[in-house]
Amino acid sequence: MNALLAILFYLATLLFVVGLFHRIRTYAVTPAPLKIPTTPAPTTTGGVVLRMTREVVLFESLFKANLWTWGLGWLFHASMALVVLRHLRYFIEPVWAWVVFIQPFGIYAGIAMLLGLCGLWARRLFVERIRYISTPSDHLMLLLFIAIAVSGLMMKFVAHTDVIAVKIFFQGLMHFSIQPLPADTILVLHLFSVVILLVIFPYSKLLHAPGVFFSPTRNQVDNPREKRHISAWAAKMESEK
Amino acid sequence: MADITPPAYRSFPIIPKLIPGAMEGKGPFVASDKINEAIGFPGHLVDDWHDKAIAKMGDLLSKYRSLKVYMDACVHCGACSDKCHYFIGTQDPKNMPVARQDLMRSIYRRYFTLPGKLFPKLVGARDLTREVLDEWHNYFHQCSECRRCSVFCPYGIDTAEVTMAAREILDSVGYGQKYSIEIIGKVHRIGNNLGLPAPALIDTLEGLEEDVKEATGIDVRFPIDVKGAEVLLITPSADFFAEPHIDSLIGYAKVFHATGTSWTLSSMSSEAGNFGMFIGNYDQLRKIALRIREAALELGVKRIVVGECGHAWRVAYSFWNTLSGVGDGADPNDRFAQMLQKQLDHRYRQPTHICEFTWDMIQDERLEFDKSANDNLIITFHDSCNVARGSSMGGYPGGQFDIPRNIIRAVANNYVDMDPSTTHERTFCCGGGGGLLTDDLIDVRVKGALPRMEVLQQVTDMHKVNFMACICAICKAQFTKIMPIYGFDRRMVGGVHQLVSNAIVLGKNK
Repeated sequence: MNALLAILFYLATLLFVVGLFHRIRTYAVTPAPLKIPTTPAPTTTGGVVLRMTREVVLFESLFKANLWTWGLGWLFHASMALVVLRHLRYFIEPVWAWVVFIQPFGIYAGIAMLLGLCGLWARRLFVERIRYISTPSDHLMLLLFIAIAVSGLMMKFVAHTDVIAVKIFFQGLMHFSIQPLPADTILVLHLFSVVILLVIFPYSKLLHAPGVFFSPTRNQVDNPREKRHISAWAAKMESEK
Repeated sequence: MADITPPAYRSFPIIPKLIPGAMEGKGPFVASDKINEAIGFPGHLVDDWHDKAIAKMGDLLSKYRSLKVYMDACVHCGACSDKCHYFIGTQDPKNMPVARQDLMRSIYRRYFTLPGKLFPKLVGARDLTREVLDEWHNYFHQCSECRRCSVFCPYGIDTAEVTMAAREILDSVGYGQKYSIEIIGKVHRIGNNLGLPAPALIDTLEGLEEDVKEATGIDVRFPIDVKGAEVLLITPSADFFAEPHIDSLIGYAKVFHATGTSWTLSSMSSEAGNFGMFIGNYDQLRKIALRIREAALELGVKRIVVGECGHAWRVAYSFWNTLSGVGDGADPNDRFAQMLQKQLDHRYRQPTHICEFTWDMIQDERLEFDKSANDNLIITFHDSCNVARGSSMGGYPGGQFDIPRNIIRAVANNYVDMDPSTTHERTFCCGGGGGLLTDDLIDVRVKGALPRMEVLQQVTDMHKVNFMACICAICKAQFTKIMPIYGFDRRMVGGVHQLVSNAIVLGKNK
């Protein structure tokens, strides 16, 4: 089992990195021929950085749209960020002081993350318009995250796993040596779910994470009168004349 | 028109229940062979439309980052789902912005993504069938590209970009919309959207001079094709003869007169509107914009000022510099843009909105008003969607909201704002924008006006508002037609410069 999981992790990581890199590259090289920031928009690059930061950290637009979705969505994302940081301890040795410091908060964050996910799923199931726009993959995506959160929390509160061995396993992976992994069903479920997440990330709606940074309505400076903006394919039309 | 009844006001703005299929088959007329071929589109639906459409989609995905990112990034969170005026008015779930995008996203997933190729059902992917094409024609012409949804989307997904792409794909297979394509043909053939030929235009302007002389005793000129004038005014052609548009044109002329500004119209380029944007066609967008460049070069003007028109101002403010070089800051080696930019006077923003022009003059104390001339009016202001969310004024974010209101307050005593959840960047479209201002879409136009009519009713009840000013030719035309159906007087709608015209004191040239 540990050899299989090790191979899966290598493959998943490879797919994740290559797939995501390819996708980001596509976004980066695809031109934005026209200035289309949703106005009022910042008139300086510094302003755009601030706007993007508010969007990514605080979900500013979602806040304007719907307080419930914002609250649940932000709770889920912020908690997950903390949970991911908490998991750094499996990959670094010695563990940095701030990672040690956030360990207890990471546990609360795990619970909060689960609550956020359940709330989002309830919305998807019970609000008529959101149910209408949901595809099976939207539900499965939430289920996958719930599986990761529940299995993770179970290892904390229900059936402890040998975290030292888990750390040795991942440290081993990082040095291309396969170490034994505790044969706990919950742990395997947890890790397997993460493998699936890594694989589907570059091919699914999870692309909203890199996508937001490339969204022209959010990342363009509103200075069309002050500076001429022209894409390569459009400039060609001028030389043809 | 008697058989058209508006939807009932919601007693408080609850989110309506879904009525699937409510607006099926309510789309616009399909363009005829003649209309299509006039601007180089296939006359009617081509035989290999399926492959052509997919190829066109691939082409657009490689040319527009917006489309590419927006096809991928949506998570179906529903933030936009209750924000569209057409959804609120029609209750058709396919008029929710996310569902409208999904009409295209489902095809994108099927043909351009791995999961959609492998597991179409799972990710909501589907084949491009004739039914899908009909659905596109129907629902992508029930979007006014107003961008209200993009304000609320956590990734800034702009349904307007998707609608434009869909319309471009439809056009490329000969299945576009009659109204927009016909108008683009007119602009190329005659010079403006309304098809007003130059002699008729000159005649109209002479008539206006007489009217103003009669009303004020002052010789206010409406010059056309004057070489060497300082300002070239580009205004929507509706300003030349439609009511209430024409009253704003008189307002611009009075402002130019009172400030001693030499100005001119152009018979070759007598249209600010640019329906190339509505159909998402860069080539048309550019060709139509180039007419303004040509006129500016020919007449040798120093400034280009744009009249009251919403989408035209978006095109002028956001796109003209890109398309035609009307603007500033071109690369020194950019011969195409420099040719024009060297001619323009860069002490002023190029192009300038007429409201920016007037507000600057008010601040410089070069205009005088008798505010009591507007005392019979209690005024509110409708932010037009393209001005609010697709442009700016005054060189700072939000200037597009302040400047028109500042002008109204400078020329009138009674002003109130409507509900803030429906003004500024959150404004609702009039219901007729984006190429929908046509009688074959009257049903969706009436229903789409619902959210604006509701809040207008509020301010008429609470503050006795009897005038709604706006700065868009389409808003003016749409409201004039729609408001009687909701029980309002059609004369309640007018331009900001109509109010300026009422109050301006002439004969004291400063």
